[in-house]
Formats: sequence, structure tokens, C-alpha cells
Amino acid sequence: MDEFREPRGLTRRMLLGGAGALIVSFSLVPQVLAQQAEEEGPALPGALNDTRLLDSWIRIDADGRITVFTGKAELGQGIRTALVQCAAEELEVEPGAITLVTADTGQTPNEGYTAGSMSTPNSATAIRNAAAQVREILINEASLRLEVEPGSLRAEAGAIVGAGGERLTFGELVADNLLHVEAQPTSRLKATPDFKVMGQSVQRVDIPGKVTGGAAYVQDIRMDGMLHGRVVRPPSYRARLVEADTRAARGMPGVVAVVRDGSYLAVVAEQEFQAVKAMRVLARSARWEESPDLPDITRLADELRAMPFQDGVVADSKTAPGAAAKTYEATFTRPYHMHASIGPSCAVGHFVDGVMTVWTHTQGVFPDRDAIAQMLNLEKAQVRCIHTEGSGCYGHNGADDAAADAALLAHAVPGRPIRVQYMREQEHAWEPYGPGMVTHIKAGIDEAGKIAQWEYQVWSNNHGTRPGSAGSLLSARYLAAPFQLDPQKLNITPNGNGDRNADPGYTLPHKHVIWHFIPDMPLRVSALRALGAYANVFTIESAMDELALLAGIDPVEFRLNHMDDPRARDVITAAAEKFNWAAGRLPEGRGRGFAYARYKNHAAYLAMAVEIEVNRTTGRIRLVRAAAAIDSGEIINPDGIRNQTEGGILQAASWTLYEGVTFDRTRVTSIDWQTYPILRFGGVPDSIDIEIMNRPGEAFLGTGEAAQGPTGAAIANALRDAVGVRLHDLPLHPDKVRAALLQA
Amino acid sequence: MSTNLTVNGQTHAVEAEPDTPLLYVLRNDLQLNAAKFGCGLGQCGSCTVMVDGRAVFSCVTPIVALEGRDIRTVEGLGTIDNPGPMQQAFIEEQAAQCGFCIPGMMMRAQALLERNPAASDAEIRSFMEPNLCRCGTHMRILRAVKRAGELMQQAGAGRTV
Repeated sequence: MDEFREPRGLTRRMLLGGAGALIVSFSLVPQVLAQQAEEEGPALPGALNDTRLLDSWIRIDADGRITVFTGKAELGQGIRTALVQCAAEELEVEPGAITLVTADTGQTPNEGYTAGSMSTPNSATAIRNAAAQVREILINEASLRLEVEPGSLRAEAGAIVGAGGERLTFGELVADNLLHVEAQPTSRLKATPDFKVMGQSVQRVDIPGKVTGGAAYVQDIRMDGMLHGRVVRPPSYRARLVEADTRAARGMPGVVAVVRDGSYLAVVAEQEFQAVKAMRVLARSARWEESPDLPDITRLADELRAMPFQDGVVADSKTAPGAAAKTYEATFTRPYHMHASIGPSCAVGHFVDGVMTVWTHTQGVFPDRDAIAQMLNLEKAQVRCIHTEGSGCYGHNGADDAAADAALLAHAVPGRPIRVQYMREQEHAWEPYGPGMVTHIKAGIDEAGKIAQWEYQVWSNNHGTRPGSAGSLLSARYLAAPFQLDPQKLNITPNGNGDRNADPGYTLPHKHVIWHFIPDMPLRVSALRALGAYANVFTIESAMDELALLAGIDPVEFRLNHMDDPRARDVITAAAEKFNWAAGRLPEGRGRGFAYARYKNHAAYLAMAVEIEVNRTTGRIRLVRAAAAIDSGEIINPDGIRNQTEGGILQAASWTLYEGVTFDRTRVTSIDWQTYPILRFGGVPDSIDIEIMNRPGEAFLGTGEAAQGPTGAAIANALRDAVGVRLHDLPLHPDKVRAALLQA
Repeated sequence: MSTNLTVNGQTHAVEAEPDTPLLYVLRNDLQLNAAKFGCGLGQCGSCTVMVDGRAVFSCVTPIVALEGRDIRTVEGLGTIDNPGPMQQAFIEEQAAQCGFCIPGMMMRAQALLERNPAASDAEIRSFMEPNLCRCGTHMRILRAVKRAGELMQQAGAGRTV
């Protein structure tokens, strides 16, 4: 626990200016230089392009200790282990020889958010290239000192060694800012057949601590003199606090402060459960003014489509639609989904001598720092955000809000660290949800069974309302001088947003894809894993199956008939083989479904098949098994890819079968695990088999969000196969299945 | 007010109000990290510990009910240098993503396997039903529990403390 007692790294070096005045630390200088260099220098691999000095990423002390820095954060996806593997491989050291420092505004490169399955493409690429270049610099330095050809030297176990037994340790070689140089555009990367650490299922570095009671999470931080904060949330989004009796809570045992600022209410107490009890008393005393301004959930699709929208063209073949022999047209919907982290969000704030330090499980320490600084009217240099793991987040959950609350309370009660943790109902009701969406497909096939026309529309909010500005922080909106969320703008980008994967990845002679962008957000929404890709792939792959049926062609064959990309063809074929698709239709009561997508149309390829069992009496769907093939480029850690893919399939199966946020006209009513049920062990399939495509030398494509879209579609396609009905509205709840069967 | 609690074989005099849920005392007074706050409602299982051999939601169990009872947490199963069978199995199977729910999973499974280390797959699934995982690590958790049963049987005894 000692590591948490002091704000590590916030050293005298950073505080040279004395009370309140921060001098930019040495570790931040490279970013300033990098910004200048960016305008002049050549493109560098991965995130090296933004943070260009090698010693921003890798430092070696005189005693040989190696520290690797990443701006990405461990979210449970295993990125710590993968990044250490890359560095160890290219530096030719054991993974255990490397200390990894993750996202920290005081120490690491600014890599924005840990999101979008970009940690390996950005950070692993940067670290691997930086490590290879450091190795070569050390070899060159050794060659000068030993007066031998660099080609006769090699890196081995923390030293550069020669054929004749010459040996200089890394620590002996680093001097005079040897690594304080800009990275080069190309590196001498090790070839895949020479890998010792990459490509191996190295065990996760964090699991032993997590299974033995180690301090692994921000929730586990205990600092001397630490206080506990709890917030009182309004009963609904646009509620205003009319009155609250702060005196009763203030007089309770252990209570140090009751904070009221506009409609913002919170308590601070010596002990955690004292804070909980004071929070309850304060909440009971509060009177709020509410307004019934939420949409009618019973006609959500109509309500969403009736809202003002702007159109963006996502894809346009600029060709005329071909003549269709048969057409398929349908509307699909996806409800609001929760991140539903098992641990409610938590943060620790500490305001000392004008410097605010926040330990947070945010996905973006730098943007979160900027937002907190704006909220508290502090300079950015006065705020430091240090990533500390939390419960899995799967996108923009309550993490940034908890960081803001910890900062607000630490600002109100300076000098002592304050730990804030949400209650379950606060996390459930206030996290920003994955937006509800509507999609519409109209497609046709020609006489030969080939797709001749493809018209696609998606109605969706923005899927990214993350910090950067204070209006993204929940509590900042309720202060007496409130901050507003930035105006929402339509942006069509290669990564996509609500339109992510709306462009079908198939080779089509005609396609026209439109995003009806809805700026107004009646429910609070932001990034949930896969963003719009989940609903878009659900729709596209449902349509592909319907078109295959119209054409009388096997769905796997039909997909291959419209696919030119060989890597896509490989995962489709591999998934079909893994599932034993060739064995044909399943017995009565069972169904099989197939789906494919390349995430974002430029990241990981994933195809999968599922088998389900449908109980015609109850309408209940049981996922029996899943088989998938994934190509995420060069493999760093096969078991890491498998773990993420299994998790993606099961989480998306839960979305698909069980989940949807509920609300009445005033309040969110999904406030716990009974009102927002998710997958339990009883719904877990018998098996999930994953084939990982081996792609030596290819770029890292990321893994964490490849499976979500295909999973939803594969299950819906299996339902169609099993009972002959297609459900268009998620989730595929037993009531809907039963109703559809009665009508069929 | 002082309450005597026996946790992992050690008795502690805890100064806390009697209605305080065990979870807060474990985490804050005894500084044990493993049991987690997930819901405070007994709905998710991340706070699961063992009391007299049974799996219990520590977030809804006030300490006043626990004097003289045998309370066990993940910290009592072994250490990072000398992990017990349950911990060893979760490491071997790499049965975690974020890992937040895992200590609760381990204690529920421990309660099952101490009674029956040869529990069948179906018994394990059914017994684990109260505990939630959001990362989708279920397949690995099930494998790890099965493996823990094997390790316990090999060790010849379920109990490691």
C-alpha cells in the first residue's frame, strides 16, 4: 500500500516554483518539443508520431533499470502485459526486467483516450519501435566504445555483448542523454520467427495480485488521513434542488463537511459508512423540482426518428441502383445500453498547496485533467491525473464523473485525500449510456443472387461526449455556476461514431449510406464498446442472411460471394470450419447463425457462428456454443486475444438477449441489477472456440471491440434459422420471441 | 462500540457501529482489499466472503450478527508467493479480465468445493449463479473452479488455511 501513500512522481522537480506555482517538469518537455517536431518531422510509427523522443517512452537508469511509459491505461484488457512483451522482445530482456508506467499526466506521453481498440495500434507500435531503436542505439554506442563493428554485437539480458565475450550493460552505455533523441521513421524490428516473448501467451502481470488481495484498484487506495465522500444525485437529469437540510447531516457522527453548490450535494466523513449514512439523511431532506421530459420508451424508435437531425453521407458508390429481382426492407432498433461496470466508479482527490492530484480510472487522464482544471478554474499544470485501475469500464462510464467529484470535494476540503465512490443506483442511473439507435435497410439482389442495390440509414446521437471540457463532467452541470456539455456536431470520420461500420464491408456495385445525426440527447449518452458498430453490424448482417435466403444461397457462401478482401475471406472460412458449418442445419428447436465484420472497416476482422436453442413455450433463447475466427494482425499475446474475444462475445450476447435501459417520462428506472439484468452463469454457453489467425509482420489491429457487432447478428440469425421468425428490436427478449411465434 | 470479529483465523476488536456492513469493516478497518463493493444490495456477489463455511454477501451483513463466527476472505486462501489451490487455479486459467468480480467468485467457489471438491460442471454453474461478471470471463471462471477442485483433491484436503 505504500505506493499509494504519496503522490508518486509529483516530486520537487515539479514543484520547484514553490507554493502553488508549478514548473513544467522535465518529463513533460518532450511533448512540447514533439508538438513542434510534428509540424516538421516525418511520420513516425504509432503514437511515436505524437510523442517523438525515445526517452518519453523508454528510460534506462545508470543501474540498468528499464522503465517503459505508455499513455494508455489498463482497463482489464491486458494491455500492461502486451506492452511489456513488445518492449522486452525488442530490448532482448526478460519481461520481469521492465517497469511499466501507465497513463499519468505527470509522467507519460499523452495518448488521449484508451479506447477504440487502439492501444496496440498506437501504443504497442510506438513502444515496440522505440525499443528496437533503443537497442540499436545501445549497440552503436557499444560499438564505438569497444571499437568493433556493430554487426558483431547483440543485445542480451540487459547488456550489449560481442562475439569475443565483450560486454557492456545498458546502464553503462546510457549517458549524456543518449536516448533523448527523436525516433526514426523506420526501425530494425525483430522478425516474427525470432520472437521469444511476443506471440507467446505470457501470463497477465496483474492477475496474481488481483487473486490474492493485493491493492489493485483505485478502490483499494488508503492514504493517511483519507476522508470518504458521497454525492447525493438528483432524482432525474434535469431536476433542480429546491431545498435541503444540510444541518442534520452535518451533525452526524464523523461528518466533516456537507457541500452544497447549486444543485450539487455531497458529504465528506471520516469513515466510509458514516459518509453513506450522512448521504442518505441528506438525500431524504432534499426537495427537487423535476420535469417529465424523457421520451416514451414504448415508442422509442418513433420518438428518436421524430427528433431533429442532420444528415451525413457515410458512403456513396455514386452508381445507380442495379435492377433487383427481389428486395428486402426492414427497420431495426437497439435500446440504450449500460456499461454496467461491476464496481461503481471511484476516485481519490487530494488538494495540497494549490496542486490537485486525482487518482482515477478514467480512460483519458489528459482530457480528464483539462476538464477538471476548467471546472475548478485551475491551470492545467496545477492538476495531475494518475490512472489507477478500476472495475472494467467498456467505454465512458462514471469514471470521469467520480474523478470530478473527488476533485470538487478535495477542493472544498483541502489538505486531506478524499475518496469518493458511487452507490450502485448512482452508477446505473447516471452513467452515460450507449445511445438508442434506429436503422433502416433496403437492399435487393439480382437474378444471379448478387446484391444489386443497398440503401442504408441510421438514426443516432453522438457516441462520444467524453471530457476535454468541464461540461462533460456530470457534477459540473449542477453547480451554481454550471457548465454545459459542448454543442453536438455531426462528424463523418474514418473511425465512425454512430455510423461506425454503417458502411458494409462487402464489395457492392451500389451503396448509399446515411447517418441521420440527432444532436439532442434526452438520455445522457457516450461511448460504449463498438459505438454504432453494434447496431449497424446487427442490421447489415441480419440483412445479409435475409438476402441469402431470398437468393437461396447458404449464408456463408453468400457472404464470400460479396467479399474480395482475402483476410476477410480467411476469417469467414475459418469460423465456418471451426463451427463445422458444413454439417448443415441443426435439429428441431435449434438454430445456427453466422455473422462477419471488420471492426471500423479498417481494424480487426472477425467472423463467427453460434448455435442456439429456443424454448417455444417460454420464448427463451439459450446460447449453446459459439465459434469465431479473429485476425487482429501480428499477435502479441494469443491468450490475451482469446480472453478479449470471449469477453466481447459474452458481453454482446448479454446486450442482445437481456439488456435495455428503462425509464419513465421523468426518471431512469434501471437502478440496480434487478431492473437492469445482465448475463448470469445460467446463460453462459457450453463452449466458445476461437481461432486466431497468424499474421506475421502485419500491423497490430486491436482486439477488444471486434466481436460485439457480429455477436448480436449471429444470435438473431440463429433465431431466424431455428424458428423462422426475425426479430428487429433488441433485446431478443422471451416476450418478443413468444409473441413472434404466436403470429408466425 | 467494539465488536470482536474472527477473520482468517485472527480475532480483531473492531470499533464500528453495529449496523456497519461487514464489507466496510473488512476493507477499511482491517485493510483487506479482496472483497469488493459492487452493489451494496446483495445482487452481484463481488463482496462474497465465507462465514462458517457458507458464501455470504458481506455488503448486506451487519457486523452485529458476526461475533464469534468464522469469517474467511481471499486473503485467507494463500498469498501471492504461496497461492492456495483456488488462487493457483485462477492464475493457471488466466481467469480474469478486469478482475473486480473475481475475489467474490473465488469465495463462492471455495464454499462449494470445500463441501464437494468433485462438484460437476452443472453444480458449479448453478452454484455460481448469484455472482455477476461484466467482462465476460465466465468460461474461464468455470474452468478455474473446476481446476481448483482438482488441485484440492490432489492436495488431499479442501482447506488450506
